[in-house]
Amino acid sequence: MADDADRRRKFWAFSVVGIMLIISLWYYSVNPIYMYIIAYAWFGFAYGILLQWGRFCFASAWRDLFAIGVTRMFVGIMVAMAVFSIIMAVLAANDLSTFHPGPLGPHELIGGLIFGLGMVLAGGCASGTLYKSGEGNGTSMLALVAISFSQAIFVDAQGWFDKLLRGYIFPQPKFTIAEKVFGGKDLSLGEYFIGDAIINTIIPTLIFLSLAYWFVARKGIVKRIIEKKAEALPANGGEVKLSFKDELYGFWQMITASKRTTLAGILIGIIAGIHVMAMQSLRDKFGIENFGQALVKMGFVDEVSKRGTVFDPGYWYITTQEAQIGAWVLEKFGWNMRDNIYFGIMNGIPEPWHNPALLMSIGIILGAAAIALLNKEFKFKAPTRELAVWGILGGILMGIGARIALGCNIGAFYIRVAGGDPGGWLFFLGMGGGALASVKFLNWWTERQLKEEDFDIEIE
Amino acid sequence: MKVKKLEDGVYQLDVKGYVCPHPQLYTMKTLQKLKSGDILEVLFDNPSSEESITALCDKEGHEIIERRSDGGTFVYRIKKA
Repeated sequence: MADDADRRRKFWAFSVVGIMLIISLWYYSVNPIYMYIIAYAWFGFAYGILLQWGRFCFASAWRDLFAIGVTRMFVGIMVAMAVFSIIMAVLAANDLSTFHPGPLGPHELIGGLIFGLGMVLAGGCASGTLYKSGEGNGTSMLALVAISFSQAIFVDAQGWFDKLLRGYIFPQPKFTIAEKVFGGKDLSLGEYFIGDAIINTIIPTLIFLSLAYWFVARKGIVKRIIEKKAEALPANGGEVKLSFKDELYGFWQMITASKRTTLAGILIGIIAGIHVMAMQSLRDKFGIENFGQALVKMGFVDEVSKRGTVFDPGYWYITTQEAQIGAWVLEKFGWNMRDNIYFGIMNGIPEPWHNPALLMSIGIILGAAAIALLNKEFKFKAPTRELAVWGILGGILMGIGARIALGCNIGAFYIRVAGGDPGGWLFFLGMGGGALASVKFLNWWTERQLKEEDFDIEIE
Repeated sequence: MKVKKLEDGVYQLDVKGYVCPHPQLYTMKTLQKLKSGDILEVLFDNPSSEESITALCDKEGHEIIERRSDGGTFVYRIKKA
């Protein structure tokens, strides 16, 4: 029986890969330029594998830190960002980067705060929601639907998001630290490396990791170091002293505590870098700057924005394509979703099979499903009523937060910070504030649930 | 969520169906209510909680004496420090 189940899981895992391969070849046979969007799908597939295997969820970075005092995911994302920032500096110096900084302002902090509230309630960040959907998690699937529709409705309703974009967000300054410090856009590798990687990413990363070590991880680690040292003392006693070397050892213990997470962080950083390089190379190969140009050339003019573009970031991104699928569905019900800046002028609403970034998101779900099936971790879990409420509410908050900040934990934080944009840290701090508030709420909620549970345990 | 006593000093926490952060949060809170040396068997099916529960036990010094997984369900037996 168990063998049969194993065989079935493997069959489905390899079927996912096989179907993706067949679809890729079919796209290519229709028009070779579709290789551009197929590349997105396969990078998504790689992200999906790594996210699921590494249990790599940005929500848990802040949440586990506050809720259970665990630093593993906080460490994971910092490592991923440091690695990615080094690769980004190399790409920027070689004109192979697709990255553009976003408008810098408090909207990133506020968006991050709302997003952080939502991600803890929903049980996953924007990328986490995708990979957990691939594991068969029904709550994440609901959150995904909520993110999609909340964004689409938010940017279209009453035109006030247009006013926010035009009147406040767009006039904000856009720069990377390397551009600010060294001036201009045509900089050397050393300048990109010092400005964007060292100053904007690696130094703040080390500061955040040191704070996480000192305030959260240190207590447990130091206790073990002291116990070990005490064992080594002579029988007649002596005093255990902690040296700076011990603290460094403790810091390293924190970094390597979850090897799987840290390794996933390194690999995600590398894949994200290769992704940026591959998309820029494909743009050069096909002579386009945005896939909308290719769609127009093929006659799909209704799918692009007034500028002739579609959402085509050239790097890892999650939420805008979800807004687009939400808008695409709403259009089928007769809503006019193009009378706003976000869809009408900036991102367009391509058919899902022409949507570059959406194929990446589908790739993430499929990659996560394939690895979860192979590792016997795939299980469809229908949400309970309680989790459905948290999933939908969390998804709505994540959608609204992501739009205000012009991105999620990936687009507004991970990519932005590693690309040298200091605004990414504002989103990260906002995310932390929101996560703390939601953790406090969930602490109260779970405590209440445990009290209702009639079990025979002495309460100390 | 269900907590039950299996025998003296051995308890079971069933958080199957829950997503993050509930499994790790309930595990931490239930362990806090147990005595040193007691054993808690945690049943969960949210893969992401695996690493978080392991990290939590590592940090608090609890020993995971048994890990099993089958068909997406994980069973961890944890001895409280």
